[in-house]
Amino acid sequence: MDWTLIFSRAVEAGIGSEAIIYALAAIGLNVQFGYTGLLNFGQAGFLAIGAYAIAVTVATFGLPFFLGVGIGLLLAVVMALLLGIPTLRLRADYLAIVTIAAAEIIRLVVRSVALSDTFGGTDGLQAFSGSFYDMNPYPPGEYGIPPIIGFDNRSMWVLTVGWALVAVASFILFMAMKSPWGRVLKAIREDEDAVRSLGKNVFSYKMQALVIGGVIGSMGGFIFALSRSAVQPDLYSTDLTFYAYTVLILGGAARILGPVVGSMVFWLLLIFIGTGLENAVNSGAITFITVNQVGAIRLMLVGLGLMLLLIYRPQGIFGDKREISLDAR
Amino acid sequence: MHAESLPAGKAAALKSFEGMAAEPGVPKPDPILVVDNVVRRFGGLTAVNVNHVEIQRGSITALIGPNGAGKTTFFNQLTGFDTADEGQWTFNGRNMNGVSAYKVARQGMVRTFQLTKALSKLTVIENMRLGAQSQKGENFFRGLIPGLWRGQEDEITAKAEDLLERFKLDAKRDDFAGSLSGGQRKLLEMARALMGNPELVMLDEPMAGVNPALTQSLLGHVKNLRELGMTVLFVEHDMDMVRDISDWVIVMAQGEVIAEGPPDSVMSDERVVDAYLGAHHDAPLSAEEEERQLHEAEAELDKESTE
Repeated sequence: MDWTLIFSRAVEAGIGSEAIIYALAAIGLNVQFGYTGLLNFGQAGFLAIGAYAIAVTVATFGLPFFLGVGIGLLLAVVMALLLGIPTLRLRADYLAIVTIAAAEIIRLVVRSVALSDTFGGTDGLQAFSGSFYDMNPYPPGEYGIPPIIGFDNRSMWVLTVGWALVAVASFILFMAMKSPWGRVLKAIREDEDAVRSLGKNVFSYKMQALVIGGVIGSMGGFIFALSRSAVQPDLYSTDLTFYAYTVLILGGAARILGPVVGSMVFWLLLIFIGTGLENAVNSGAITFITVNQVGAIRLMLVGLGLMLLLIYRPQGIFGDKREISLDAR
Repeated sequence: MHAESLPAGKAAALKSFEGMAAEPGVPKPDPILVVDNVVRRFGGLTAVNVNHVEIQRGSITALIGPNGAGKTTFFNQLTGFDTADEGQWTFNGRNMNGVSAYKVARQGMVRTFQLTKALSKLTVIENMRLGAQSQKGENFFRGLIPGLWRGQEDEITAKAEDLLERFKLDAKRDDFAGSLSGGQRKLLEMARALMGNPELVMLDEPMAGVNPALTQSLLGHVKNLRELGMTVLFVEHDMDMVRDISDWVIVMAQGEVIAEGPPDSVMSDERVVDAYLGAHHDAPLSAEEEERQLHEAEAELDKESTE
């Protein structure tokens, strides 16, 4: 058993680009689901919009990188408005249905053969992250704390930008949720008719939450595209949305640090179990499974862990037990 | 009754109703709310069909009626929670049909709900703060800069604490609203509605599910609203309560306003009794009477057959 390798992989995953991507996706969901009670099952669509906005702008049309960033943010706003206008006046489950469908539509459009000149079909797009890495201030080399953590200079640049985005988004939401604005959101989650009867424009607040959550999700898409220097449509399937929900619930919904720590713990454990099992099989410590089965067993164990979490600590890592135990209405 | 022993608000309200005809749709001297031809249909069922009704400013008006009379639907329409199929109504002279619920509340017409809507996972004080109107920090961008709304928040908090004290909820200030008892939630909902300085407070069954010990205190608070210059319109089933606190009673049945009048006399109005108990409920049905009717019928039949 190579414990150094196992720990190194796990810790790197816990602070690596996956953790950032899922943290941003879950922070967006936290605004929508955690604070406002909106069931957005199409967060993958918002990440796809962010990722493809950069990729298409730069790789297909040869336009500047920052224009792609701007387009991505703008499209995320437009998508949130389009989804929200017809559904936010209806019951909560309509939004869930519409968002999950919209995210799938986006994925199917970008992978379609007819539009492969623009979006690259199932292969996706590459060669768009050059100007991002040109801005990299880290000289080539290895960074980190050997022997556990080690990143190359390109990863360091992605991690710096990514964690900065996470920090900025978390700080803005920390301020916003402490404010009277955040209070209205939480009240809408509890009972929107009561909030309406107190003179608040519930539709407008729900729309704001949808837009803000979507924009933060699209930033996760930027990091997803840039960290891999490629976009592929099938990475933006519904799995991504449900992993993001897992991350949110693990960390604790309606808590500022919930999605961030949730994402770090989720990836740390996932990789720890995966690498650990692989290592154990290869070294002969475990003989009843093969390396090929590790991937599936890893998810089973994570599922088991989540079930135990929901039974014994349903509020997540940071949640407040009192908030959960009250019967709602 | 001695007018001088009554609180000023009650006396003024009673004076305005003095000598008023006890007819549905009777005009009031100073109406705050005027409703004309409001209709609401659910498929083939006409749930509400109110021709004309006025609510006197500064009074406590009860809206009563048997189950399914359309009271709550009518309430929902007036407050923008449901749309009317036809008709219009004015609040303080302003047309209110088609105005959305939150705008109705902003104009000073605030309601509570039959099933109390305390925001369980917010603390009592946060519930109260939410009731305040035009808090600048409720805008996302302004909310990010605490300096812009702190001062206003302090004023709101002071006002909320005042109200909580009046409603004897100050000990619960930092508890989650979900931990309150049913009656305390009713009190909280009423207190929260007052945070917005409403002119017309509409209470949907304020006494439903409240234990008797709290009923008196709740009644006292409702009466106090009138003394503070507010108008109260409430839906209620408890007749003792209606008699105790209301100045005027409007009776609905099958979607229509069938009677109006002072609480002492409206209960004995024939139309009201009929609506509650069914027409002909007092038709004689003793054994002798029945026999007599039978004989009469038989006699008639005999007469016909012999002719």
